[in-house]
Amino acid sequence: MKETNISRRSVLKGTAALGMASTAPMFFVRNAYADGYLNDPGDASSVTLGFNVPQTGAYADEGADELRAYQLAVSHLNGEGDGGMMNTMQPLSLKGNGILGKKVEYVTGDTQTKSDAARASAKRMIEKDGAVMITGGSSSGVAIAVQGLCQEAGVIFMAGLTHSNDTTGKDKRRNGFRHFFNGYMSGAALGPVLEKAYGTERNAYHLTADYTWGWTQEASIKASTENIGWNTQTTVKTPVGAGDFSQYITPVLNSGADTLILNHYGKDMINSLTQAVQFGLRDKSVNGKDFVIIVPLYSRLMAQGAGEAVQGIFGSTNWHWSLQDEGSKAFVKSFGAAYGFPPSQAAHTCYVQTLLYADACERAGTFMPCEVVNALEGHKFDGMGNGPTEYRAEDHQCFKDVLVVQGKENPSSQFDVLEVVEVTPRAQVEYAPDNEFFAGGDLGPCNNGAA
Amino acid sequence: MLPKKITDSELSIVLIFSAVVLTMPIWLAPIGAGYPDLLQKFAIFGLFAIGYNILFGMTGYLSFGHAAFLGVGSYAAVWSFKLLTMNVLPAVVFGVLFSGLFAFLIGYVSLRRSGIYFSILTLAFAQMSYNLAYSVLTPITNGETGLQLTNHDPRIIDTMLLDQAPEGLPSTVLFGVKMSGYPGFYFCALILILGFFIALRISRSPFGLVLKGIKSNQTRMKFTGFNTRPYMITAFVISGMYAGLAGSLMAVTDPLAGAERMQWTASGEVVLMTILGGVGTLIGPVLGAGLIKYFENIFSAFNDKALHELFAFLPDGLENFVVTVVSPFVGEGWHLTLGVLFMIIIIFLPGGIIQGMEKINNRFFKRSSSAKSGSNES
Amino acid sequence: MDAIFLQILNGLDKGGAYALIALGLTLAFGTLGIVNFAHGALFMLGAFCAVSIQALLTLSKKVKDESITFFDAYKEQPYLEIWWGDIGTTIIDYAVPISILAAIPLMLLIGLSMERGLIRFFYKRTHAEQILVTFGLAIVIQELIKANFGANPIPTPAPDIVSGSAKIGSALGLSDAIVYPWWRLIYLSFSVVVLAAVFAFLQFTTFGMVVRAGMHDRDMVNLMGIDVERKFTIVFGLAAVVAGLAGVMYAPILPPDYHIGMDFLVLSFVVVVVGGMGSLGGAVAAGFLLGILQSFASMNEVKSIFPGIDQIIIYLVAVIILLVRPRGLMGRKGVMED
Repeated sequence: MKETNISRRSVLKGTAALGMASTAPMFFVRNAYADGYLNDPGDASSVTLGFNVPQTGAYADEGADELRAYQLAVSHLNGEGDGGMMNTMQPLSLKGNGILGKKVEYVTGDTQTKSDAARASAKRMIEKDGAVMITGGSSSGVAIAVQGLCQEAGVIFMAGLTHSNDTTGKDKRRNGFRHFFNGYMSGAALGPVLEKAYGTERNAYHLTADYTWGWTQEASIKASTENIGWNTQTTVKTPVGAGDFSQYITPVLNSGADTLILNHYGKDMINSLTQAVQFGLRDKSVNGKDFVIIVPLYSRLMAQGAGEAVQGIFGSTNWHWSLQDEGSKAFVKSFGAAYGFPPSQAAHTCYVQTLLYADACERAGTFMPCEVVNALEGHKFDGMGNGPTEYRAEDHQCFKDVLVVQGKENPSSQFDVLEVVEVTPRAQVEYAPDNEFFAGGDLGPCNNGAA
Repeated sequence: MLPKKITDSELSIVLIFSAVVLTMPIWLAPIGAGYPDLLQKFAIFGLFAIGYNILFGMTGYLSFGHAAFLGVGSYAAVWSFKLLTMNVLPAVVFGVLFSGLFAFLIGYVSLRRSGIYFSILTLAFAQMSYNLAYSVLTPITNGETGLQLTNHDPRIIDTMLLDQAPEGLPSTVLFGVKMSGYPGFYFCALILILGFFIALRISRSPFGLVLKGIKSNQTRMKFTGFNTRPYMITAFVISGMYAGLAGSLMAVTDPLAGAERMQWTASGEVVLMTILGGVGTLIGPVLGAGLIKYFENIFSAFNDKALHELFAFLPDGLENFVVTVVSPFVGEGWHLTLGVLFMIIIIFLPGGIIQGMEKINNRFFKRSSSAKSGSNES
Repeated sequence: MDAIFLQILNGLDKGGAYALIALGLTLAFGTLGIVNFAHGALFMLGAFCAVSIQALLTLSKKVKDESITFFDAYKEQPYLEIWWGDIGTTIIDYAVPISILAAIPLMLLIGLSMERGLIRFFYKRTHAEQILVTFGLAIVIQELIKANFGANPIPTPAPDIVSGSAKIGSALGLSDAIVYPWWRLIYLSFSVVVLAAVFAFLQFTTFGMVVRAGMHDRDMVNLMGIDVERKFTIVFGLAAVVAGLAGVMYAPILPPDYHIGMDFLVLSFVVVVVGGMGSLGGAVAAGFLLGILQSFASMNEVKSIFPGIDQIIIYLVAVIILLVRPRGLMGRKGVMED
């Protein structure tokens, strides 16, 4: 090999220069939208939304249901199909000709229920596909991560299924909005129902998924059950995805507790509940009281996985297909006609979020994020399945009725897993924006993504 | 340790590599990959895989724990953004330092064993890091949600230099240039080129020869009175630092660090990248990293609607048929494609894509294959 | 005291499962020298045997629920119940035990075809390549299952009669609070029986003798004119059957989903390594050891002293064992050692 006298330094210089040279044109491209906002559709005949849902991993079925709801929402926005909730939504600015006269297109991506993958997928939609709004998610960690990204990038984020207090508490962002309810609301809604069913003298044992959602849920439920006079005996953190929870259930047996609260979701919930029932906890009695199990956050899709174990067990949910108000009926009807089965609560919240975003753009007269934020903040609406609802300006959380449900003893069909026990009115689950469970966050300014 | 002079062939390799990497935004655009985030990912994971190859490719030690170093690098970088400054240089330096330190600790222990025991040891350490980061260490890692910037971060250096705090969350910068979008990509690309250059030099240095000697027969090396352990630990730490560098770059382009980056499946991913591209080659791991990231971001985004648009040129009946056949492998089925592809590569092309390209080269261009066969280094 | 008793029982129960899951892995390694990352997938396939048999037995006549008009909701009545009445109900109730009968030939077939179709080409390749190709296979298998059964877990309950828990405490004169699920006790006894059967098979049959000899010195046995490879193929089939049975029996404890195999993969490797690669006795000992340690590490009293210990105990044990005694608890000297 022949050796030359080129030093390492000069090689680096050369490559650096090459880098700079090829960078230059890109800066001009970036400056092109300096005055407007990121991904302004301009004169284009269509506008693109980004649907970011888990397609692989534990929540893939939930993600698939969310995607169905999004596709349904897009077809309704574009004036196809029977219009679904566009017939019941009030007030309504949508005309069935897309959004602001532009046909709605969409792109999809896989979050894999991982923050990194979800952010990568959302970035692709923003950078490559020109999405003006990102929506989706099936867990709080992902929702918070993507919400942060959308804030930094300068697009609107309409959260899908996320139940952690932090999404609109500690980690709230100006560009992010959540329609789904949260851990605090679950606690507030469950409290009175539990008091009525199980009395005021209970000894509760918590098993809690050991991550942020689990902790906020545990704190919320603990506060609301202690409020009705219950004693919190022990709280135990369990690893996420433990599979076999038996080593955490055995200490419950002779702990003297008479109530087991499972702050688990998804597979963890299915496994811990199935196993707790196998341990005979449901047939047990302690100090003359029947032992009871409570699952504060229910999902029908997940409850199906636990089979008969859910029967008689209380929990809360954002929405259920058996609701009889006009909005729910219209949505279930068009979803059922399109896919042959009822929508899940995840599908519902995603569908509603899409319509709400579109409606806000229509009212704002633009897709510009800051204008859309203005249109959504403090917006009051009705006819979307949860009664009169408000997007509170202070934290971008929807305030609406919450459902308390119970596993059904005699299901009349494969979808008839949960029974709505009570529709807890909005007033009862409301809280001040500076409530201790939500303190510490700051919406910050909105971001148009230009500048 | 490194030879002082750079040879002509090295120079041309690096120049070609640089040209190819820096023009990626242009030639990747037609296949839908020419947007900043994916380009950044190509560069970052290319770097990760190059570093991993210094351990696995050169010494044959199969580590299942390298994702832990990536995670440590990310956490260190984000903490640097939170506590010190939004400038990316300290973040990168801290990322490399901390991951190097962490790699030294784990390597020192794990390298007492070899073969599958080494693999299991690294796997165990990585899983412990992941599990703790997800739960007990939440004050440091912010657990499931991941470590993010907030408006209340102290950022000591920045607040000293600036009079008033900017409104909203700040972005990562390199002396005034924002490190998102294309500038972020070029920053990562330059570091990738630098990393590639260093790896090239290492592989041709006496140190690299020792590592290859360890791979072919460690016992013989030991019998000749050679203490291989310091070399192994050095290789382990270097590859850990590459991982930490990649992790800190992830934080630079997107200031967030999550625990799942450390999971054993993430470690498995870099193994897949390296093998897919070609173990022991310099360019192979970069190719493999690119391919897997392309699958993850582009293949997973094909839905039925996109497929119908793609095959719209076919007659209706045929179009529907093709879409039906293809759809299980894209969108939510992209894992399946990856698994199948992976098996095919391992079974038929243990040398990865590089070997495949050599085979094609030999078949169609009938070069004197015997003379060329030794040069699978680049 | 009661708490300790319960945790020991729980540890044994977990240990039985761990040993059973790891047994096939260590068997395949000890005989064929194959590091099989698709072992978890075999376990998962076993669990889905139970799911499929249950689905088959509960093929139902669908009666439309007329109260629901927007989509088709059915009240399902299985044909078996319609045809055979109570006998049909009983058969459905026993779906999981029945699945065991189906799983044995099915898993044997899967194991044999896996060995003949793929694994045998990898005997001469490095462990790294074996790991990678079987890992790829595992991904393919689980994605196929996901495409067919969805991603959500599917409930596969145990027969009614054993769905509750046994009152061990009152039977032994201890506290009444000590109860333990019947199915878990059955799982424990089942794993002991299967483990014993495999041991007996290898210890007391001619076939087993040849296999053990082959494990010691493959070339020598070959030289004696015995086709070791054919024997080892059957051993791989046996390993698949054991993994499958472990899966079938686990279905009532953990409603199966497509990812259940991957969830157990790392764990089963740790059990094998702690026990000693290729050592059957070691896998059993390590299974019980890890089970009991994990059970105790999960107690609140322990967790308050070492926060998060329950999350890492398994790995911690693996690290300590590998550093102190690299051949594992009962591994043969020289196997995979430096």
